[in-house]
Amino acid sequence: MEDILKNYEPVIGLEIHVQLNTLSKAYSSDATEYGAMPNTQVNMISLGHPGTLPRVNEKVIEYAVRLGIACNCTIRERNEYARKNYFYADLPKGYQITQDTTPICNGGYVEIKDADGKDKKIHLTRIHMEEDSGKSIHDIDPFNTLIDLNRAGVPLLEIVSEPEFRNGQEAYNYLAEMRKLVRYLDISDGNMEEGSLRCDVNISVRPVGREKFGTKVEVKNMNSFRNVQKAIDYEIKRQVELIESGGEVVQQTRTFDAARGSTMVLRAKEDAHDYRYFPEPDLQPVIVREDYISRVKDNLPPLPKELFNKYRELGLNEYDASLLTESKEVALYFENLISHTGNYKAAANWIMGPVKSYLNDKAMHIEAFPITAEKIAQLIEMVDAGKVSNSAASGEMFRALIENPDQDPATLAKEMNLIQESDAGALMEHVHAALAKYPEKVEEYKAGKKGLLGLFMGEVMKLSGGKADPKVASKLVQQELEKQQ
Amino acid sequence: MKIDKKEVEKLAHLARLEFTEEEKESMVADMDKILGFVAKIDELDLEGVEPLVYMTDEEAPLRKDVVVEQSTREEALKNAPDRDTDYFRVPKVVQRKGE
Repeated sequence: MEDILKNYEPVIGLEIHVQLNTLSKAYSSDATEYGAMPNTQVNMISLGHPGTLPRVNEKVIEYAVRLGIACNCTIRERNEYARKNYFYADLPKGYQITQDTTPICNGGYVEIKDADGKDKKIHLTRIHMEEDSGKSIHDIDPFNTLIDLNRAGVPLLEIVSEPEFRNGQEAYNYLAEMRKLVRYLDISDGNMEEGSLRCDVNISVRPVGREKFGTKVEVKNMNSFRNVQKAIDYEIKRQVELIESGGEVVQQTRTFDAARGSTMVLRAKEDAHDYRYFPEPDLQPVIVREDYISRVKDNLPPLPKELFNKYRELGLNEYDASLLTESKEVALYFENLISHTGNYKAAANWIMGPVKSYLNDKAMHIEAFPITAEKIAQLIEMVDAGKVSNSAASGEMFRALIENPDQDPATLAKEMNLIQESDAGALMEHVHAALAKYPEKVEEYKAGKKGLLGLFMGEVMKLSGGKADPKVASKLVQQELEKQQ
Repeated sequence: MKIDKKEVEKLAHLARLEFTEEEKESMVADMDKILGFVAKIDELDLEGVEPLVYMTDEEAPLRKDVVVEQSTREEALKNAPDRDTDYFRVPKVVQRKGE
């Protein structure tokens, strides 16, 4: 099978719907909060009552422009709206207000890693503004379908990619990148489980080298990134096997069954939708001017790619820089931390070491982390100055600060008796005592057995009760031994 | 474009409307007349004339992103043909066909 798969080239495009985190809906002023009691966040506009008129939420325009800038798109000046007509119980107006021929963002690209970890650009066809439908609930009432219209009219951005994905892994990486982006931009929580990020896949296969595309199948209803990946890889195999066995791929919409790990027919082409798009006469065009775009650009939050590059320039390696920018909240904490210390590598180690493992342990987000970045910076400084050992700072002191985050790290170190003796005078006594204890070993050292340094160091540490700064102590011991030579 | 019974049936299906045979016949006649009326425009030379969509050159007035509560659930459900305490009730929609 592996060999046969190599003879085919999959052509995959993704359509993502991102639910925007505005307070009110796209074309009316009712609330959008997730999880509210059914039908409590509706008004006559979202209910589609006759005689009502929609009005555009200015935040939707701003959020679309933010995403457009972040994805390197061209932003359209004159934006018109269209009606997409279809009959369904959770679409009260009988049409969705969307953009048809004038999407607000055109072109652009997103940078991802391909399945081998190499850089790849995924180009975008368009991003347009539209509204969500209500929810149909099939499993509460055995005889009826129940309708909750709280979600009807919630703003969405639809992001359509060019068919440039070659496998499920690339689609997964793209979705992860897109989620990261919308979170950094603060336009959506990008939560796939709650439905604020949804993804449909278009997929076809063609023999390698052939110009003409194969017949395209659409796959819907995947509720996690992993399931998108699995659905794609399943579908590639299904289509190739079908063709190899003399069959023909039929244009249809399929749904992914996560339990079986396979796709099944949802809708055949015969009853495909006929949306009869036409211009929305209730909304005048929205004009997005150059000066507006540059204002949005100036106020754009830092983007993951920018922070990644910044951290690389600060001398962090690629692995550290990408982990630190994985989530916006972690990156913001790190930003805060490095505004208090210049030891970037130590700052990165602290976040990826003690802080992350504490958060993982407690299944906690960094927003809830009790120690301020400023105090972590103080710990870093104390270690750098040789006042406390790294293990004392990241162990006992770290735990004590979590217990009681108001404590001052310097006072804490004293109280916990963790201040290292790096004062040469006090240490020198221990050094002399250690050398005096093993006169024969001193001779052996002088004769060239340099490995004995560890023995003297151990004795110095023991005499100091473990509080000697090992760096300073080692230097003193070596100095003393040189002197005796 | 010529309207025939099939076209009327297709449009009726998309809008979930039902017509008797008689109604379909009169619908064909009506729609044919409407399209014939509009087709008059085709007699003109419209080269380079943009279709008129908006009656004015106004831009859409934008709304601040502020929540205004305008309807209670009770008001929302009041006019529904069928409902329970919380939801609109509609005939069972069967979603999935087997393979």
